[in-house]
Amino acid sequence: MKSVSTLAEFAARGEQAELLFWVGCAGSFDDRARKVTKAITLILDAAGIRYGVLGTEENCTGDPARRAGNEFLFQMQAVNNIQVLNGYGVKKIVTACPHCFNTLRNEYPELGGQYDVIHHSTLLQQLIDEGKIRLQEGGTFKGKKITYHDSCYLGRANSIYEAPRAVLQALDAELFEMKRSRAKGLCCGAGGAQMFKEPEKGNKDINLERTEEALATGSGTIAVACPFCMTMLRDGVKAKEKEQEVQVVDIAELVAASLKAS
Amino acid sequence: MLQQILFLSTLVVATYFIRRRINFIAGAIRLGKKTVVDSDPRRIRNLLLVAFGQRKMFVKPIAAFMHLLIYAGFILINIEVLEFIIDGLLGTHRVFAPVLGQAYPILMNMFEWLALGVLISCFVFLARRHLIKLPRLNSPELTRWPRMDANLILVSEIILMLAIFTMNAADQILQGRDSHYTASGSLVLSSLLIPFLENFSTTSLVVIERSAWWFHILGILGFAVYVTYSKHLHIFLAFPNTYFGKLEPKGQMTGMPVVTAEVKSMLGLEPVVAQPPSEPGRFGAKDVIDLSQQQILSAFACTECGRCTAECPANLTGKKLSPRKIMMDVRDRAEEVQQGKSIGSTAYETKSLLGDYITKEEINACTSCNACVEACPVLINPLDIILELRRYVSMEESGAPASWNAMYQNLETSFSPWKFSPTDRFNWNENQNKS
Repeated sequence: MKSVSTLAEFAARGEQAELLFWVGCAGSFDDRARKVTKAITLILDAAGIRYGVLGTEENCTGDPARRAGNEFLFQMQAVNNIQVLNGYGVKKIVTACPHCFNTLRNEYPELGGQYDVIHHSTLLQQLIDEGKIRLQEGGTFKGKKITYHDSCYLGRANSIYEAPRAVLQALDAELFEMKRSRAKGLCCGAGGAQMFKEPEKGNKDINLERTEEALATGSGTIAVACPFCMTMLRDGVKAKEKEQEVQVVDIAELVAASLKAS
Repeated sequence: MLQQILFLSTLVVATYFIRRRINFIAGAIRLGKKTVVDSDPRRIRNLLLVAFGQRKMFVKPIAAFMHLLIYAGFILINIEVLEFIIDGLLGTHRVFAPVLGQAYPILMNMFEWLALGVLISCFVFLARRHLIKLPRLNSPELTRWPRMDANLILVSEIILMLAIFTMNAADQILQGRDSHYTASGSLVLSSLLIPFLENFSTTSLVVIERSAWWFHILGILGFAVYVTYSKHLHIFLAFPNTYFGKLEPKGQMTGMPVVTAEVKSMLGLEPVVAQPPSEPGRFGAKDVIDLSQQQILSAFACTECGRCTAECPANLTGKKLSPRKIMMDVRDRAEEVQQGKSIGSTAYETKSLLGDYITKEEINACTSCNACVEACPVLINPLDIILELRRYVSMEESGAPASWNAMYQNLETSFSPWKFSPTDRFNWNENQNKS
């Protein structure tokens, strides 16, 4: 397996990466999300893309600080990141986190960071469409029931509904929609910095409500495209004691598992 | 003649009250910060499609159809109101009939069918509130006045439509008995009422027709005054509101250039510019004066339909947050401040939007998922207001929940919301090499 190069290493070799993979804090530190990170590196390698990461030079985009209300802290993070990104002359960024994606794509430009930012669901769809990655025919997911949970920051926030579904379709999986999906999709409960605090008083946790909708589709797989949704829905599935029958996986993991050996 | 004088004075009184109220609302909106608005062509498009074309209403097709009937009824029947006003002022009767000729009965029949549509829709809408008890129309934030407001509108529309039918029925009988009554042609729906009225004497019919006429026009004028106090203001303000609505992706938060200047000079990226001492200004919003004019306008454009609250994940799971209540609170507070200012009282200064109207528990429950924004048929954005309030709490009060303060601290020291060492950030790669 190829080792992942940092942009610093690219620069030291006098080279330029064609794509920056923005790993994000969850993808770097969270044990479960790290598996998604690895799946993405596998796919990028399989597609033969010369990509780099920032490694320890990457900082949080500042999204949770901004949503919680601390604009100073957000901008401190953002301006620092932009200096690093512009220093390496980064043009194109892919990330597996819809929150990073939204911030990098929509909120960095007015602070001086102009990049072509795509979410990994869009990249996966492109790679499949362009034939840059090939999936096993009659793969593991053929005919399996899968439901897809829309991340708010991908869906409503940035109108990306079809790319992740197209990826699942390419796996020959049978896609079952939840009661609330696409523009009406229900939040997993983590957005707006809720990930970093206990929920307010109520009569139910949002992730349980959403998990029930996902389980109601009878799917054995709940596909997600966001590390926070992953945590919330896994907790939900655990709380419902369904972790034996139902797995929560990122679309990148599904693709990585179906890659055709080249 | 007497009727004409009476009518003119009524018209003058109504106009006076409407004008006064418009000035008041304009003042309340101007409490907010001035918003610079570009002239992006998408704005006109939104106004035409979303406000005029009611595109977002059609997410719920049945409600949308009935709403469309009331809306079309409202706009088209106003052509008849124009005739009412001219007749009222000149002492004529059905002044448009000779002008429009053959088209007049067609037009009047169309109005009657629309009136029937309005009538049915209003009954269904009342039933949704009182018999079906649709949850979003029975939430706790709908206290006495908002409920009363909704009922008053629906009931008065019903009475107004019934007045039109009564008037037209009496009118058609009188057309054969009195030359003052201009022939209107046969009106299909109201002629169904003729059997109930034709045994009355001409004098009583004139009284009935005149009363219904006066009742209708007084009702319309009263309604015009009342609307300015009511949630029903959306019939006008939905238009500017969709025009000024957000065009950026929903996930994009409004920037704060003041902070950017400070951050860049702190990091030594930009020289500190000696700025002329401007007004201190707050970070974020504590009260309506900290919101933008566009945000206050949107609170007046809200008709409290509750589609936002019905979609809110926090509200669905029993949290205190209701996006609709956020909008209602902004409106109530703006009216309170404007009222205080206009009578020279300072009592309003002891209160504020955040704290006295909206609590931290409410804004802390928001997941910023944009479901409320997506749901609003007239492009109101409760989320932007919630986020402005959070900015005030975090930056001016340092009053964010303890775990958020801990998250801030992690970001400052380890550049991640979790307390991990920044040097471990790339460890996932070492693990990968081992495997």
